[in-house]
Amino acid sequence: MPIIKSIQELKSLREEIQNKRKKDFSERHPIEIKVAMATCGIASGAKPIFDFLIEELPKRNIAANVKQTGCMGYCYAEPTLEIRIPNQDPVVFGYVDLKKADEIIEKFIKKGELVDGIIPINYIVAN
Amino acid sequence: MNTHKKRNILICQGSTCHQVAKENLIDAFKSKLKEYQLDEDVKVVQSVCFNKCTVGPNIIIHPDNVEYSTVTSDDIDEIIMLHLLNDKIVERLVYNQVYENSGSDKKQYRIALRNCGFIDPEVIVDYIEKNGYAALGKCLTEYTPQQVIDEIKASGLRGRGGGGFSTGLKWEITSKSEADQKYVVCNADEGDPGAFMDRSVLEGDPHSVIEAMAICGYAIGATKGIVYIRAEYPLAIKRLQIALKQAKEYGLLGRDILGTGFEFDISIKYGAGAFVCGEETALIHSMEGLRGEPTLKPPFPSVSGYLGKPTNVNNVETFANIPAIINRGSKWFASIGTEKSKGTKVFALAGKVNNVGLVEVPMGTTLREVIYDIGGGIKDGKKFKAVQTGGPSGGCLTEKHLDLPIDFDTLMAAGSMMGSGGMIIMDEDDCMVSMARFYLEFTVEESCGKCAPCRIGNKRLHEMLIKICDDKGSEEDLMLLKNLSTVVKDTSLCGLGQTSPNPILSTMENFYDEYLAHVKDHKCPAGQCKSFQRYYISEQNCIGCMVCARNCPVNAISGEKKEVHIINQETCIKCGVCMEKCKFDAIYLN
Ligand SMILES: Cc1cc2nc3c(=O)[nH]c(=O)nc-3n(C[C@H](O)[C@H](O)[C@H](O)COP(=O)(O)O)c2cc1C
Repeated sequence: MPIIKSIQELKSLREEIQNKRKKDFSERHPIEIKVAMATCGIASGAKPIFDFLIEELPKRNIAANVKQTGCMGYCYAEPTLEIRIPNQDPVVFGYVDLKKADEIIEKFIKKGELVDGIIPINYIVAN
Repeated sequence: MNTHKKRNILICQGSTCHQVAKENLIDAFKSKLKEYQLDEDVKVVQSVCFNKCTVGPNIIIHPDNVEYSTVTSDDIDEIIMLHLLNDKIVERLVYNQVYENSGSDKKQYRIALRNCGFIDPEVIVDYIEKNGYAALGKCLTEYTPQQVIDEIKASGLRGRGGGGFSTGLKWEITSKSEADQKYVVCNADEGDPGAFMDRSVLEGDPHSVIEAMAICGYAIGATKGIVYIRAEYPLAIKRLQIALKQAKEYGLLGRDILGTGFEFDISIKYGAGAFVCGEETALIHSMEGLRGEPTLKPPFPSVSGYLGKPTNVNNVETFANIPAIINRGSKWFASIGTEKSKGTKVFALAGKVNNVGLVEVPMGTTLREVIYDIGGGIKDGKKFKAVQTGGPSGGCLTEKHLDLPIDFDTLMAAGSMMGSGGMIIMDEDDCMVSMARFYLEFTVEESCGKCAPCRIGNKRLHEMLIKICDDKGSEEDLMLLKNLSTVVKDTSLCGLGQTSPNPILSTMENFYDEYLAHVKDHKCPAGQCKSFQRYYISEQNCIGCMVCARNCPVNAISGEKKEVHIINQETCIKCGVCMEKCKFDAIYLN
């Protein structure tokens, strides 16, 4: 990555990233999955779920962008995932284990059906 | 057959809703949906706590995003008839409370945690996408250093590390100190038992802290920043290292940042995990390679700090707020919170509460809202007893403080303090004397030993508390405990000793009866202190099988075969093995 030399360059880089993200969403992988992986999330078992998603989704022909994030705040319900599928608000699932992750792929991601274990978003974010 | 809109009914399965609901709403909804032949189109989904426990049981109709509260099985027909079949909202059940603090129906408002859980902390473009480094760019190109300071001052931001000192003012003092080199230090020592706010910020959004440190460097005239972080935070360290490397690669740290000529770089120093090293002078000595011991202030670090140079020390969460303030303006920030405490505070909610978690609420939110709505109430339906804020330096707050709006000054006036954000909830089973003992044990271990009041005083205080918990205390001890606490507070060198007796003083203030019960009635009302427990054998139930006697590790049980046994109270060590082994429920506690 070349060094960002001015505020204009920072701005155009940001726009470039945002456009690429939009394009990726519409063309490459319309599904985005975030796995809360702070120390506490990992301690509660988020890593095997992350690995499971990375491995299983391509096998099941699902183009998704799986990424790690920091703490989502729902420590009592770890491991937690947030999933965005097209034309829907992102949905957060708590107490996810491998079985639940499989159910989420088969029912929620493939068919758009909600499954048990949803966490309603309980905050607003200053952006 | 009619086809209806596909919907889901999310039913809160948080423990409070579960307890309030007299019936099983899930089954009730399912059978009604069948009756109406809607079970194909409308699914019932179990949901985790909605954080609105005081108005539970709660349900959400998805994807309409309509929330109904205090729902009972009597309401189901109406919900189905109106909402599901006719797309009309059942107004009387709608949850539409808007909180002044957050301007929405949600109690939490995320500023410091705005990116935590949303971006990949190891990918700088994720941060840049979310307007990252725009605040630094704005400062470098649009503001003079003094204007940056004025902006932070006007925002009303106060230090989140515990002291609550005005951040803008601290920056101003450091900027006015003349020197050839100045330093920006980020305090990521976070040693309070039960606190994990700063770790979460660094693990979830390290770039916001890096960006803020660079802004601070520009404002005060420093080119070097140092993050002091405890080595026990390996993942936070790893993510910080990755973030620093990426920021350097993108030219957002280093020479000539964004072509403005401004230079700033950040390095990391590792702490060995001593609580006292969170105190800023001790932290600086530890960074210098000296013993982690505090020194008397003044001089303050802003005047003479790291290597004798002016040093601005701020907490992780304080820094995490800075880019948001610069981007959205001080007016916006100052519009959130209470008169003298602006913005939000992150709390690590722990202890006997249903939803343990990391929460961020506007200043002025009440303890009740945090504990009962966000926290989901007390575990296992027990009774709330107290909440410890401010960790080992803070105090406990009780039932009567529940409606207190949380800010720096109200907590102080109530005999506790904001501290860095640990919030430990205790229920009826927790003994307040034991709680104070726990914290004193921590302070005794963590005292650096430099000054006598803290080194010796805390040790004596701890011994007295052990004595009381071991059923060996007297009323006179209570007097001594109080007096010595005041002396340690008044005469210790640094904030550690000046605050360590707070857990004692505040529990004595709020729960004096409990102390008296220990020394006068020889009872621990909460039943937590083992020394007060007595195991007895019931004459009715004991059949004289001798199992208890055989298993007692100290031979405290005697009795002949087929005769009632007795426990020698002098010898008994209260291990409870007899009770565990008895098959006839013959052993009981007083
Ligand atoms: C015993 C003791 C421990 C402390 N531990 C911390 C800590 O872990 N993190 C922190 O930011 N501040 C801690 N402080 C407060 C710091 O001395 C200092 O006030 C703070 O880092 C300043 O930053 P702020 O103005 O942004 O809050 C501690 C103070 C004392 C007396």
